[in-house]
Amino acid sequence: MKPRLPPIGNAWSKLPRIVRDLSHELGKKIDLVMHGAETELDRQVLELIKDPLTHMVRNSADHGLEMPEDRVASGKQQTGKIVLEAFHEGGHIIIKITDDGRGLNSEKIKKKVVESGLASEAELEGMSKQQIQNFIMRAGFSTAEKVTNVSGRGVGMDVVRSNIEKIGGTIVLTSEEGEGSTFTIKIPLTLAIVSALIVECCGERFAVPQTSVVELVRASTNNNSDHTIEMINGSPVLRLRDHLLPLVHLNEIMRLETAADEVADRSEVKGSEEFIIVIQVASFVFGIVVDRVFDTEEIVVKPIAPILKNLSIFSGNTILGDGSVIMILDPNGIAAMSGDAVVNSDDASKEEASQARTQDEKIALLVFRAGGKDPKAVPLSLVARLEEIDVGTIEEANGKKVVQYRGQLMPLTTIDDDIEIKEEGRQPVLVFSDQDRTMGLVVEEIVDIVEDQLDVEMISDIDGYVGSAVIREKATDIIDVGYCLSKCFGSWFGDAETRPFGDNGGKQKVLLVDDSPFFRNMLVPLLKTAGYDVSTAENGAEALKKRDTGETFDIIISDIEMPEMDGFTFAEEIKGDDRWNGTPIVALSSHTTPGDFDRGRAVGFSDYIAKFDRDSLMSALSQTLKECGSAK
Amino acid sequence: MTASNMQDYVTVLIADQLFGIPVLEVHDVLRGLSLTKIPLAPPEVAGALNLRGRIVTAIDVRKRLGLPKLEDDENSMSIVVEHQGEPYSLMIDNVGEVLSLDLNELQPSPVTLNSCWKEISGGVYRLENKLLVLMQIEQLLNFADNSTIAA
Repeated sequence: MKPRLPPIGNAWSKLPRIVRDLSHELGKKIDLVMHGAETELDRQVLELIKDPLTHMVRNSADHGLEMPEDRVASGKQQTGKIVLEAFHEGGHIIIKITDDGRGLNSEKIKKKVVESGLASEAELEGMSKQQIQNFIMRAGFSTAEKVTNVSGRGVGMDVVRSNIEKIGGTIVLTSEEGEGSTFTIKIPLTLAIVSALIVECCGERFAVPQTSVVELVRASTNNNSDHTIEMINGSPVLRLRDHLLPLVHLNEIMRLETAADEVADRSEVKGSEEFIIVIQVASFVFGIVVDRVFDTEEIVVKPIAPILKNLSIFSGNTILGDGSVIMILDPNGIAAMSGDAVVNSDDASKEEASQARTQDEKIALLVFRAGGKDPKAVPLSLVARLEEIDVGTIEEANGKKVVQYRGQLMPLTTIDDDIEIKEEGRQPVLVFSDQDRTMGLVVEEIVDIVEDQLDVEMISDIDGYVGSAVIREKATDIIDVGYCLSKCFGSWFGDAETRPFGDNGGKQKVLLVDDSPFFRNMLVPLLKTAGYDVSTAENGAEALKKRDTGETFDIIISDIEMPEMDGFTFAEEIKGDDRWNGTPIVALSSHTTPGDFDRGRAVGFSDYIAKFDRDSLMSALSQTLKECGSAK
Repeated sequence: MTASNMQDYVTVLIADQLFGIPVLEVHDVLRGLSLTKIPLAPPEVAGALNLRGRIVTAIDVRKRLGLPKLEDDENSMSIVVEHQGEPYSLMIDNVGEVLSLDLNELQPSPVTLNSCWKEISGGVYRLENKLLVLMQIEQLLNFADNSTIAA
């Protein structure tokens, strides 16, 4: 069943006429192009964005596009172009309005901002171009020199913005002076259509967005079925193929069990069958146990009443075909909640705590063998590629083994110097790459890729190893990629070359705050190879001690979940004190919910990066440092 | 006495106490619609219901006023009001007549009133045989901030 929804073209139908009228009135030649007019959206949203869209198109025509003679003078076509675009993207509806006009003049906006007292010149200095341009969406702001009957009255963009924000959307402006401007409106799913699975628990029905449902499993509590729910210290788990799936009971999360005793009785009569909806939230997979599963339905998500806004487990509600109201579950909220429930329960024993960590810090590891019987492992995210090379192609250069790889020379190394590379045949190689340099680590055999929790139990002091951990019930050495990289490149290019960020020659100082020794050990070598001077602290409190001793850093990388003082508190502490408040902080977290993200921004984190994502960490570091470097 | 001072109120009965709601704020009077429970919601929120395609949040006014649950809730009625563009259905015991009362006769609420009553009361009218408490919808719905919400 597909609900009939109006296409966005309905809201656009009047625009060609408006533009035509405008072009006469203003003496401009305007070409209006519309793409994606068939994109469907909620009638309510359509009504709400109709006027803002019209306003923005008028704006583009009046302010954005230049007079034909000016356009010719600046080497553009006489006819200006306004492009309207709409499409669905990742649970959002995106509407873009682009013109190829004069763009926004940052200087002019700055002047206006100062004149109208919205910000001081000093404040403006610290702002990015985009921030400055977005001033035009403030109330009472217009850069048009004269007020026309088309626009320029200074009411408008702020109304547009508030209208869009009212329905939970965002509007972003990007503009290049002389080239044009683009407004991007993003309206979230909460008013759009989703396909949802209807489930029942304790007599209440709930909808689960199908996008996060991986599969459905029928399980029994006795041994009749292939799947049996087992318990670890009261926490239900399910063996699902080769994984152990943590489970949550929907009735427990919802605290429905007391309210529905009769229903519980009935469910006993019903039998020992239960349904498990396997849900994936980012990389965290878990199962929700429900009593019954109905059909899927296309539903229009409506936002829940404002007084219920703090209920993070619901993303909205809707009315089903039979006229009843149903709440839509938010898998993110449930994941956050079930994680919390495990951590916060009073009798949180070690097993439970470590289980919570499992959920948090499951990472994919590549297990291989090289030298000795013991398996070795490296986080998969660090490996660029797996290759098999013919031993015959290995050459020697500068006393090092190299191989021609994709038109470049790739140095090869082994973990221990005493590991011999085979005389003939083919040899598996793990390729690590760091910016434009690649390095091959020769191993004997690639065993498997395991997704597991990583707890480094023994810290190694041998170069090249981070430590040892239990993976698949075997003691496994975790190798230190940073060391291997520096082994290959340290002597090749000299230290100076491995310092891509130090434009002034001095090393940038980084403070890494993370409670997990594994991450400290993993990241420190990486950061060091990237040319940073790294200090570490186990938690926020320890980091603040460093502040008290007068140390300064160029940037701080902080974990969010830490004992004693978490990342948010830590960031607040830093921003609240003038010794370090100029230092940018980058948050590092294994689960990034939008809520966390907003909260992170609110307390002053400059960026928010998922753990294990080395590339974005590196680019965020250099980006943040560059930004504050230019701000100084 | 000028007409501008007159205000029309819908009277509602909750636990034998008469309340008045400005008639212009009342959108609908309902009886017996099926509620969808909202787990983990504040206790004052009784659920959500479908009113002609709109989702209306039902508020248990008795709970809000710290009163016991109505035993025979089959016949209970609801009054739909709108607050900040959102419809809310206030569950009450019964709806009475519409009274036209003079604003000048409104008396301040007695200071000895229970705090949650004092919060929602906008004053008291002395009717001939009963007292009528003026209900302030905005205060009535303003419980999300001060009540602790189950995490």
